[in-house]
Amino acid sequence: MIEDLIFQLELGLPQVVLGLVNGAFYALLSLGLAVIFGMLNVINFAHGAQFMVGAFVAWMLLNWVGIGYWPALILAPLIVGAFGVVLERTMISRLYKLDHLYGLLLTFGLALIIEGLFRNGFGSSGLPYAPPELLSGPPVDLGFMFLPKYRLWVVAAAVVMSLATWIIIEKTRLGAYLRAATENAALVQAFGVNVPRMMTLTYAAGVALAAFAGVLAAPIYSVNPQMGSSLIITVFAVVVIGGMGSILGSVLTGFGLGLVEGLTKVFYPEASSTVIFVIMAIVLLARPAGLFGRA
Amino acid sequence: MAGQATAFTAPTPHQSPGLPGLSLLGFNRAQSIAFLLLLAVLLVGPFVLYPVFLMKLLCFALFACAFNLLIGYVGLLSFGHAMFFGMGGYVAAHAAKVWGLSPELAILAGGAVGAVLGVVSGWIAIRRQGIYFAMITLALAQMVFFVCLQAPFTGGEDGIQSVPRGNFLGLFSLAPDMNMYWLVAGVFLAGFLLINRIIHSPFGQVLTAIRENEPRAISLGYRVDDYKLIAFTLSAALAGVAGGTKALVFGIATLTDVYWAMSGEVVLMTLVGGLGTVFGPVLGAAVIVSMQNYLAEFGAWVTVIQGCIFVACVLAFRAGIAGEVGRWLRVRL
Repeated sequence: MIEDLIFQLELGLPQVVLGLVNGAFYALLSLGLAVIFGMLNVINFAHGAQFMVGAFVAWMLLNWVGIGYWPALILAPLIVGAFGVVLERTMISRLYKLDHLYGLLLTFGLALIIEGLFRNGFGSSGLPYAPPELLSGPPVDLGFMFLPKYRLWVVAAAVVMSLATWIIIEKTRLGAYLRAATENAALVQAFGVNVPRMMTLTYAAGVALAAFAGVLAAPIYSVNPQMGSSLIITVFAVVVIGGMGSILGSVLTGFGLGLVEGLTKVFYPEASSTVIFVIMAIVLLARPAGLFGRA
Repeated sequence: MAGQATAFTAPTPHQSPGLPGLSLLGFNRAQSIAFLLLLAVLLVGPFVLYPVFLMKLLCFALFACAFNLLIGYVGLLSFGHAMFFGMGGYVAAHAAKVWGLSPELAILAGGAVGAVLGVVSGWIAIRRQGIYFAMITLALAQMVFFVCLQAPFTGGEDGIQSVPRGNFLGLFSLAPDMNMYWLVAGVFLAGFLLINRIIHSPFGQVLTAIRENEPRAISLGYRVDDYKLIAFTLSAALAGVAGGTKALVFGIATLTDVYWAMSGEVVLMTLVGGLGTVFGPVLGAAVIVSMQNYLAEFGAWVTVIQGCIFVACVLAFRAGIAGEVGRWLRVRL
């Protein structure tokens, strides 16, 4: 029985690693959502669309301008982040005084517009995007399995990016302002900190994180207009499970749930698309504030 | 569960004093006039417009009214109402086609499955408020979508096709569009009046109190969670009825109706018509369904236009059509 299980697990290891790669995207996206929500009190429904735009910008840079993967990894988040600044200044900032639900509705509308525009421009079928040469060689032999280099890189990049975000928010002066403004924006403003600008930049940073994840995803998934919308709903469930109180919490939850999803694919594939939602329901019944959340 | 409701003396709901005569069913005067207009449109409509279009419109209008019961009167934004609408459609189609139930029973079966799904998902979702509530309902609906994608009885990508409309009460064939229309109009009217009855009942007044100030409602001794769950279940059941009716009208139940985009569409209809107004959701459904009808040839542009309407409504037009017209005429619609 146990040997059976181990055998099954060995066969399924690639799935589990694939789960870890999915987990990397859950972690990066839920991190961005949490950063934005902490500061702006807005759930950014357009996050999935911005993730998709990140992937498309990388594709456009390569195919229209001839700029490759590595510069795109920096350029695409900057471009999409700048777009985020425009969105925040012209629309989202008008809603801070209203019920938070309006922010959700507005960004949902924005997501529809962005997705629709890309569907008109590029059709619904995916566009290929090759991984960079450095990472496209033969798979790495880990002893128990072969792992494509690029997948390894995605997990590593996501971990580094999450740690960097954590350090910025928890250990720097800017992060201290940010955390203070989350607690009491009026007081921080009274101390002479430009809170509205900070909110704009926070939104831009969260959006840039989504675009960064999008560029990472481009070589794995085909670049297509729908790549963000179903992902973002899963990420919402991840956010509910983790609670948005802590940065490390959302990162851990993201990776953990990716792993669980991978394991489910091995042992009970029929449930792999629903397992995260089931976990969400269980967590809500047992601990409504989420695993790392404050009530 | 709702034991406290009997102790609660509701204020007389929105009646204009000094203007007797025109005050039907708890409506105020403007609402009574609007209701009479609605009745007239229901009666004359099928002779002027294409009945199938009107039936589609009425199904969505009922769906939007059911959704509005939650967002407008309890203040809960459900982003997962497609699960009740779509599941209601699947079950009604299955009941009519495989079990051979008569149409009225098939529609009731759709409503029943909506109610069951509503109790379960509501029980989970009401543990959180505001934005979290929206995200949880959305995630639960996505789960239902995946279940529908895989479950054998839904037919996966094909859906359940060629569902017979059957005979109403076993007597009247619903195959002619006009016969079907009267059933759909009846279902819509019954649902609309039921919702109106709910929001003007003492129970509905407690719901409004929860929307206005939940901690205060709790401090007054109301079991807020029970009220929310009952309202959620009622809304889900009516959404299931709407979905079941739509499945019978078109003879098909598909994944489109359980997809998250459908949840977004009903939010849009209600927002355009006016959140928390009695007639707003009907107007909003009329606007959005007609728009989809006339713009169908533009394909993905419909999504873009819907997105633009969303943005415009949130930024500049939050009261919706009924709200703005009401403000202009100084009445409540």
